[in-house]
Amino acid sequence: MAWNEPGGNDKDPWGNRGNKNDGPPDLDEALKKFQEKLGGLFGGGSGKGGGKKSANMGPLFIGGAIIIGLLYLFSGTYMVDETERAVVLQFGAFKEIKQPGLRWNAPLVTKVFVENVTEERQYRTQGLMLTVDESIVELPISVQYNVADVRDFVLNVRDPDGSLSQATESALRHVVGSTELNQVLSSGRQIIADAIQERIQQYLDTYGAGIYVRAVNIQEGRPPEQVRSAFDDVIRAREDEERFQNEAQAYSNSVIPEARGRVQRMLEEAEAYRAEVVARAQGESQRFEQLLTEYQLAPAVTRERLYIDAMQEVMGNASKVLVDVEGGNNMLYLPLDRMTSQSGSSSNASRGGSQTLTITPDVMRQITDNVARELNRTNTTPTLRRELR
Amino acid sequence: MSMKGLIGLIVLVVILFTGASSVYIVNEFERAVVLRFGSLIEVDVEPGIHVKLPFADVVRKFDGRVLTADARPESFFTIENKRLTVDSFAKWRIRDVDVYYRATGGDEALAADRLGQRINDGLRSQFGSRTLHEVVSGERDALMTNLTESLNTTALDQLGVEVIDIRVKRIDLPADVSQSVYDRMAADRQKEASEHRAKGREQAEVIRADADRQVAVLEANAYRDAELVRGDGDAQAASIYAGAYNKDPEFYAFVRSLTAYRTTFANKDDLMVVDPSSEFFRYLGQPSGKK
Repeated sequence: MAWNEPGGNDKDPWGNRGNKNDGPPDLDEALKKFQEKLGGLFGGGSGKGGGKKSANMGPLFIGGAIIIGLLYLFSGTYMVDETERAVVLQFGAFKEIKQPGLRWNAPLVTKVFVENVTEERQYRTQGLMLTVDESIVELPISVQYNVADVRDFVLNVRDPDGSLSQATESALRHVVGSTELNQVLSSGRQIIADAIQERIQQYLDTYGAGIYVRAVNIQEGRPPEQVRSAFDDVIRAREDEERFQNEAQAYSNSVIPEARGRVQRMLEEAEAYRAEVVARAQGESQRFEQLLTEYQLAPAVTRERLYIDAMQEVMGNASKVLVDVEGGNNMLYLPLDRMTSQSGSSSNASRGGSQTLTITPDVMRQITDNVARELNRTNTTPTLRRELR
Repeated sequence: MSMKGLIGLIVLVVILFTGASSVYIVNEFERAVVLRFGSLIEVDVEPGIHVKLPFADVVRKFDGRVLTADARPESFFTIENKRLTVDSFAKWRIRDVDVYYRATGGDEALAADRLGQRINDGLRSQFGSRTLHEVVSGERDALMTNLTESLNTTALDQLGVEVIDIRVKRIDLPADVSQSVYDRMAADRQKEASEHRAKGREQAEVIRADADRQVAVLEANAYRDAELVRGDGDAQAASIYAGAYNKDPEFYAFVRSLTAYRTTFANKDDLMVVDPSSEFFRYLGQPSGKK
């Protein structure tokens, strides 16, 4: 019974295995049960030995031996799952690795460690770390690994999973510490992951941990919380750069076509002007030539007629004062400004308003008086005719 | 019969106990020493089943696997007197069971503690001779190799253990230094951001200026072309006029003057002071037209 614990319980490596190992606890439990049964049997036997029915002792011993034998056989049986392998130690020395299936090993003289070897195990970590340019970056990674050599995994290293996590922490910080911040944040992720994977594998091989690192995945590298706004601002600045250019392009796209339109208008207007002046010139010239032809047939009459036609039109349109003064040495006073303003105001009476209007009869009278006085004074017979239309 | 059975039972139990305590197993992953009444008689027992004297011999077994000494984070100074918080771990295993048992009494925690102190001393001196930059990036490997080698020479003799690997996990800056690093990083980013914006404005200005230039050139060219066309028109018109009016310049002057009079006195507000003796009024006074 003491075979398994010669050094005392505190020195037993089984105690340190934890609950991850499915094999040994079962074995221990079975062993304990076996011990209890054995103790109960002896206790019962000795009790009965002191009693009266000593004739029953023989069959009892035989029955007990059979039960013990069956329990022994039964407690050595275990199952190895398809995902698992079992490492078997016989009398403490490595004996073999058992493949999946129903297996039996003699209890008490063998130890069996069953480990899952096909399952992909994962370790995740993250934290703030320094880069080569002495910036601080946050980089979460996950490591996928599995058991490559189950014998090494069980026998070489205590707590191989813990060793992997330590190796990961160290390798991660080492690689990031040799990389520049920009690479960590952007393009260099795959390179970093590969370097980390290589390093972890190298460390674990040094320990002989029997672990194969399948992959290292780097999630998005992030700048620390304290400077994230500054990093976001860079992204916004990139957008701004783009936006400024787009706005300028939009301006360019609008003013150039507009200018082209204006240019076309200028050219069209010039063409129109040319066509206009040439046409006018042609028209006027032809008109003149036609008139000239008629004029040459009867110059005097035509000239007279043209003159009188024109004068009629001129006189008909304009206000006029006819001054018939003989021997025109004398001064004649004509209040032309009043007359024009009066005629203007009378013709524009309808617009009313601010202009000072003199009362027409008064003005008329004043003018008449002035003229009469003048006529008397000069002692002539002037004729004043005033026409207002 | 019953007494015989009882005695038989007792003998059986004694034999079992004696047999159990005279046999021991050393597992593949264990290292063991055998002590007879407290003195070492056998060191480094092979894995397997072995026999010993019952009750007199005591077997001490130790974990022979690779073990971890995970030290608590410690503060170290670099050569430029920057304080760093360093978290390290060491991988070690028992090499010389004899020395190990004498040095530590087989107490693993004690061994790890002694080893941890030596590692800390080693790290302190390694960090003290390097700059922050070297520690963080370039010379991590060299630092660790140096330390492992120098530790191994003493640890094996004094503790009977072999140091396989020493690794630094975290190197953290103290809070105030971290803050200045953050400030510097933020300043770097601001520099980058303003550079982007300035470049954007530069490009925008270039595009606008180019557009303005194109507009100006287009309009100037168009003005030139338009003036050419107008001038051509004027020239054509002048030549047409000249061709016609040269046939009788005097008559042209007459007709043109009449036209000018018409347009000049078109307004009613124009006031004419007319002498009735002019040619136009020659019939106003006398029907004969003679003065």
